[in-house]
Amino acid sequence: MSVAVALFRKLLGMAVTLLVTSFLVFSSLYLAPGDPVSFLVKGRSPSPAELVAVRKEFGFDQPFPARYWHWLDAVLHGDFGRSYLFHESVGAVIWARLPASLLLVGVSTVLIAVVGIGAGAFSALRHGTRTDKSVLLLVTVGAAVPSFAAAVVLRSVFGVRLGWFPTIGNGTGLLDELHHVALPAVALSVTFMALVTRVTRASMLDELGREHVEVALSRGAPRGSVLRRHVFRNALGPILTVSGLLVSGMLVSTAIVETAFGMSGIGSLLVQCVDELDFQVVQALVLLVVAVFVVVNTLVDLVHPLIDPRIAAGGGAR
Amino acid sequence: MTLLEIDALTVELPGAARPVLDAVTLRLAAGEVVGLVGESGSGKSVTARSALGLLPARARVTGRVLVEGRDLVGADAARLREVRTGVASMVFQDPRAGINPVRRIGDFLTEPLRLTKGWSRREAEARALELLAAVGLPDPPRHLRQYPHQLSGGMLQRVMIAGALAGEPRLLLCDEPTTALDVSTQAEILALLGGLQRARGLGMLLITHDIELAAASCDRVYVMYAGRIVEQAPAAELFGSPRHPYTRGLLGSTPPLTGPLERLRPVPGAPMSLAESAPGCAFAARCTFAEPGRCDHSAPELLPLTAAPDRSAACFRVAELPNPAVTEARP
Amino acid sequence: MSTTVLVRRPLLGRLRGGFLAHGRLFQVCLVLLVAFVVVALFAPWLAPQDPTVGDFADTMAGPGAAHLLGTDQGGHDTFSALLVGTRTSLLGPLCVVAFSSAAGIGVGLFSGWRGGWVDAVIGRVLDILFAFPSLLLAILAVALFGKGLGGPVLAMAIAYMPYTARLVRGLTAQERTRPYVSAYLVQGHAPVFVAVRRLLPNLGPTVLAQSTVNFGYALLDLAALSFLGLGVQPPTPDWGAMINQAQAAVLQGQPLSAVVPAVAVVLVVVAFNVVGEQLGDRLARRDAR
Repeated sequence: MSVAVALFRKLLGMAVTLLVTSFLVFSSLYLAPGDPVSFLVKGRSPSPAELVAVRKEFGFDQPFPARYWHWLDAVLHGDFGRSYLFHESVGAVIWARLPASLLLVGVSTVLIAVVGIGAGAFSALRHGTRTDKSVLLLVTVGAAVPSFAAAVVLRSVFGVRLGWFPTIGNGTGLLDELHHVALPAVALSVTFMALVTRVTRASMLDELGREHVEVALSRGAPRGSVLRRHVFRNALGPILTVSGLLVSGMLVSTAIVETAFGMSGIGSLLVQCVDELDFQVVQALVLLVVAVFVVVNTLVDLVHPLIDPRIAAGGGAR
Repeated sequence: MTLLEIDALTVELPGAARPVLDAVTLRLAAGEVVGLVGESGSGKSVTARSALGLLPARARVTGRVLVEGRDLVGADAARLREVRTGVASMVFQDPRAGINPVRRIGDFLTEPLRLTKGWSRREAEARALELLAAVGLPDPPRHLRQYPHQLSGGMLQRVMIAGALAGEPRLLLCDEPTTALDVSTQAEILALLGGLQRARGLGMLLITHDIELAAASCDRVYVMYAGRIVEQAPAAELFGSPRHPYTRGLLGSTPPLTGPLERLRPVPGAPMSLAESAPGCAFAARCTFAEPGRCDHSAPELLPLTAAPDRSAACFRVAELPNPAVTEARP
Repeated sequence: MSTTVLVRRPLLGRLRGGFLAHGRLFQVCLVLLVAFVVVALFAPWLAPQDPTVGDFADTMAGPGAAHLLGTDQGGHDTFSALLVGTRTSLLGPLCVVAFSSAAGIGVGLFSGWRGGWVDAVIGRVLDILFAFPSLLLAILAVALFGKGLGGPVLAMAIAYMPYTARLVRGLTAQERTRPYVSAYLVQGHAPVFVAVRRLLPNLGPTVLAQSTVNFGYALLDLAALSFLGLGVQPPTPDWGAMINQAQAAVLQGQPLSAVVPAVAVVLVVVAFNVVGEQLGDRLARRDAR
């Protein structure tokens, strides 16, 4: 199978998954108890004219498939409807809060990659020692520390007690924003660091035991370059795959961390809109998170053969 | 100066009941082909690895391993690198496991040249092409760009051999180089190794569990059992008249190419694992000639035979045993 | 073989020692879990005070004789809230795991047994479900059905189902090729009988190990939901909700009423993970033999 065909198949698979996902998210509205129109305006007291507008906007006078098609068409053109809470288009509401969340996720990703891979590799190279066992214990506990618990402790110690970091808000200007995002990023990262550490350690140990490593050493290659060029290089595949699966969890966890630190971002937006019954925004955010997950993991699948040539582009990791 | 001289090498692993190697002594002259025969777990591979300083980090090592006079026991990284890059190299058993599957064949061949000798990519690749041609691969420029999974086992073992020759070694350690291959390619690889050995005047240590193979391709053969050398002899003599009961057992349990199979006499019992130890001769529990109170009491040393000083055996009763035990004339 | 039996085998002894040492952590965690379950069952009788009633004369008190672990800013006794909160904190995940395991076993068994295109379609659907993180699905459920545990528990049962389903599916497909299955079928037993009564019990322990790990994660998710104010609603005590309500106290330098439930969450989840993973490890080791 040629690379082009494999690529096409992967992208087709991604498109089908996204289509099914969009359908699920769209039709979830009809799971809500009662009439969808009254669900959409719940908590507000709309005038009859507004009710007619809602009815028209959602096309409730049309059959279900037509309504879905209508909605999908709009979504593909970037139109997610209007937010009742902010009296703006949903796209604009999300767009305004996206940079703050991207900064948070970006800083966390760097933390997770550096600490997770670093600690995992460090631990694997000291397999069986006391250091290794301490790392393992930290990983077991770390994987069980929810971001809200980490947030409480970090805020209490480094925000309130020591006063090193601000305890609330986003900040203005890059430096101030980074200062504000530091604690939330750590809170967000703890669990994922632990998971990445564990995978890195297991994967590195697996590779360290392989004969090709001994062969490389037997031919006089320096230990450092053998570790880099053979052990770490080969261990990357599983690390990448697992990291891809963590993306959606991380995005959802921004809801917790942003709420805990009183930051404005898409995570806190999600919670606010659930709280204040702005379903249009909730729907768009759910779709966004799932779509990012699907796209990222398709990318991982596409990149994987470059890391491990044994996996043909069509075969995939699954 | 002897090419390889192993002197009373003892290797102990924490947690094991007996040493992995127990006072192993072995000599290999330049240009000589020496066989090292024994069952799996007898310590053949560890012995060969010691000649590259590749012993487990946790192991306790005593004795000497001299490669062209350099002692590798407790050697620093620089000396190890000197030996590994220019004097000795190893052909491993399974090329599928021994060659990094995610890197190209070219990387495998050029890596040591570029990393340890500081060659440029162009120089190293030119050398790699020569090596691939020398081991008889049909299309060196293409193989250079291929990944290991695109080659057959036999072809990959040729790549492994090419890799071992990259540093122009004088000592080639072959650790069961044909065991992982199809029967049909085994002979080709052995012929290739033999040809290279003669053409380049290599000293070669051939590790195998196949005593007939060792007899056919080696000048001298060492037989190992449970971490000890139990017999050493010129290949032809060992094959014609084995002296140690274990060697007799090995020869008796090899299926003959011709003649009835009833002649097969398997060695009773199982080889001794690392979790077991015995105060006396390690083979005593399986030996039909063992003398209670003597053989299971203390371990016999490897001593030259009085009748044939170029041979040696580690057995108390070697002089008393009927000789030779394998009477059937075999080619 | 006789020689191998007669001589000492220190290697094996060492192995067994390591295994026991491994088992100690397992035992501690198991005891911890049992303790939490006992507390959950008898919480109303164990709690010294009613955690739903606040004592406004004594807010944000430190630990002392009157309040063992102090009070929050509403004057609720933290220790009592911790004990009673065990109930909702464990009951939610229990429902999630019960529903998701039951559904996952059903789907996985059917899919793995049938094989073919049915299996392929189900596998694809499971893949799509994997793209919905459980907490997101729970939040969506709150948006649809309102705050509380009902909607989220159902949503998370769906989100966790694929983990069990994929496991059971793989094991069933593997087990189906074993001789004992064809032996039963040849004897004329109905396939449903063989699948449910003969094959399924063999998967039990493995599914239990997976469910145990799921329990820990479901607890984390539901606590997070309550922390966001979308799950268990005050005054019902719940660990996540306690941490949420204690935020103001944290900012005023009194973090105890938040830290106590946070520690409880971490302890329970660590215990569930350790027990689940070691159960899985033991099974893997047993199968390897």
